Amino acid sequence: MEFKTNLKNILLVILATIVLSACSTAKKAGSGSGDVYTGTDTVEYLASGVADRVFFATNKTSLTTKSRETLRKQATYLRKNKKLNVTIEGHADERGTREFNLALGERRANAAKDYLMTYGISGKRISVISYGKERPANSDSSSLAWSQNRRSVTVKVK
Amino acid sequence: MKFFFIYILVYALHFNVAFALIQVDITRGNLDPLPIAVSPLHVDPASEQIEGIKVKNLGEDISKVIENNFRSTGLFNPLKKDAFVQKPDIAHLKPRFEDWRLIKAQALITGKLLVKDGKLKVEFRLWDLTASKELAALAFTTTPANWRRISHIISDKIYERLTGETGYFDTRIIYVSETGPKSQRIKKLAIVDQDGQNTKYLTLGNELVLTPRFNPTNQMVTYLSYFRNLPRVYLLDIETGKQEVVGNFPGMTFAPRFSPDGKKIIMSFAKDGNSDIFTMDLQTRVVEKITEHSSIDTSPSYSPDGKYICFNSDRSGLQQIYVMNSDGSGVKRITFGNGIYGTPVWSPRGDLIAFTKVRKGKFYIGVMRADGTGERLLTENFYQEAPSWSPNGRLLVFYRETKSGPKGEGFSAKLWSIDITGYNEREIKTETDASDPSWSSLLSK
Repeated sequence: MEFKTNLKNILLVILATIVLSACSTAKKAGSGSGDVYTGTDTVEYLASGVADRVFFATNKTSLTTKSRETLRKQATYLRKNKKLNVTIEGHADERGTREFNLALGERRANAAKDYLMTYGISGKRISVISYGKERPANSDSSSLAWSQNRRSVTVKVK
Repeated sequence: MKFFFIYILVYALHFNVAFALIQVDITRGNLDPLPIAVSPLHVDPASEQIEGIKVKNLGEDISKVIENNFRSTGLFNPLKKDAFVQKPDIAHLKPRFEDWRLIKAQALITGKLLVKDGKLKVEFRLWDLTASKELAALAFTTTPANWRRISHIISDKIYERLTGETGYFDTRIIYVSETGPKSQRIKKLAIVDQDGQNTKYLTLGNELVLTPRFNPTNQMVTYLSYFRNLPRVYLLDIETGKQEVVGNFPGMTFAPRFSPDGKKIIMSFAKDGNSDIFTMDLQTRVVEKITEHSSIDTSPSYSPDGKYICFNSDRSGLQQIYVMNSDGSGVKRITFGNGIYGTPVWSPRGDLIAFTKVRKGKFYIGVMRADGTGERLLTENFYQEAPSWSPNGRLLVFYRETKSGPKGEGFSAKLWSIDITGYNEREIKTETDASDPSWSSLLSK
């Protein structure tokens, strides 16, 4: 059984690499929205060097190169801590209508979840919740705050 | 929670159907509101005392509620009472028209009340001062605690007589009461009379609640609750306080509304990053999938005849408004303007769809015809959304948030209403901050 799971994981990793390289070419073609937050303010850590969150562009749910890097670290961490389950919270900024933002948050959280799964983390270990614009990380009404609020956050389930 | 059901007896003293000289045109913004005199109601000295109500002041209090209703329309200008020339009881019998005309009043409301055997009897008359005649007279009997509702019902009757349109004063607004810091708002369901009075809280604030909406009879509410951290659409019976989850969906359900017949709830269901629109029949529990698209489909709202659904989707790339048949067929995009569009709500008259538009960092509340033509933006602000129609389709209530500083200071959320002419924008003052308003239908039909 153990062997089988491992094999499956390896296959998934290979698959992910293929998907990834396809994505990165698409990225170069110019999906780059300029307002994805790249700093570390408000970021917390699941473990040393493993950031808990990734950020998104306005109205977008696609993962940036940096987000993928963060999520790969999360996947490594989760593979090492097999008993750990997580919830991914999806959030939106306050510049959208409430109902649409709930859907957007859900899609962002799932973008992160899907990526973790392509790195061999079972979907059973990951639950997803959207808070829309209800729980801002930064309460300011500024472009900086909005970019910090467009996020998905991986939280350990206790 | 029995406040929705009251016992009111209506006696039509008589309703003069003869041609009235005063007629208020409400289809345009009225810059010259009609001067109207609301005489305090005469309190019959034979009235009993009632605990908790100052019967002596009741005539004055009722006239103030009526006056306030009329002022809030922007169509009427209630005159100051200190200029009134006749005592309430005498005016109610027969006004001296020429004296009332002297203070430039064009319409006069008079009335009297009696509290006897634990019942409140209210009688009112509406007088056309230009034509020197009575236009309407009605009497009501109810429990004294219902005096505010009686005031609203009288206001509706007068409004209907003078404008030819259905009134909207005997209505309530359900909304989300907000307290606490911006990053951790405590939210409760609350109900308030249309004039901002009589607030009642329906939930305790233990879990996040959003987007409450009445059913057509105003006895049920559907809303989103994060109970046990599982965001799901709930149904609440206002009278019994009983709550239940709507359906058994393996994921978040949100953006609920009732169908016009009240038999179904239409909502979004989000799973694996995709939101589609579903309905659930409340009786048979049958769930139907209405949209099937890899985009976000949300904020559905039925046309009043139940034949069509307008909704919000980003299938074209950005949020736009679409209309489809109620079975999900014939999807048609109706917004093509610059900017993004959300929260479509079909007018109770069926002719218009209200919406939120975001363009160049500004939020607008607007209306357009159901085919997307004739867009009119009514109000622009930093942030506002979620319009809901008054039952007569003349006004919209929505909420507006202010810009905040780095610590969330200066943040507020308030309810506002605006006439669909774009005139008469005003705040509906609530006990706490407020959002996600939804207007009831007329409580007494």
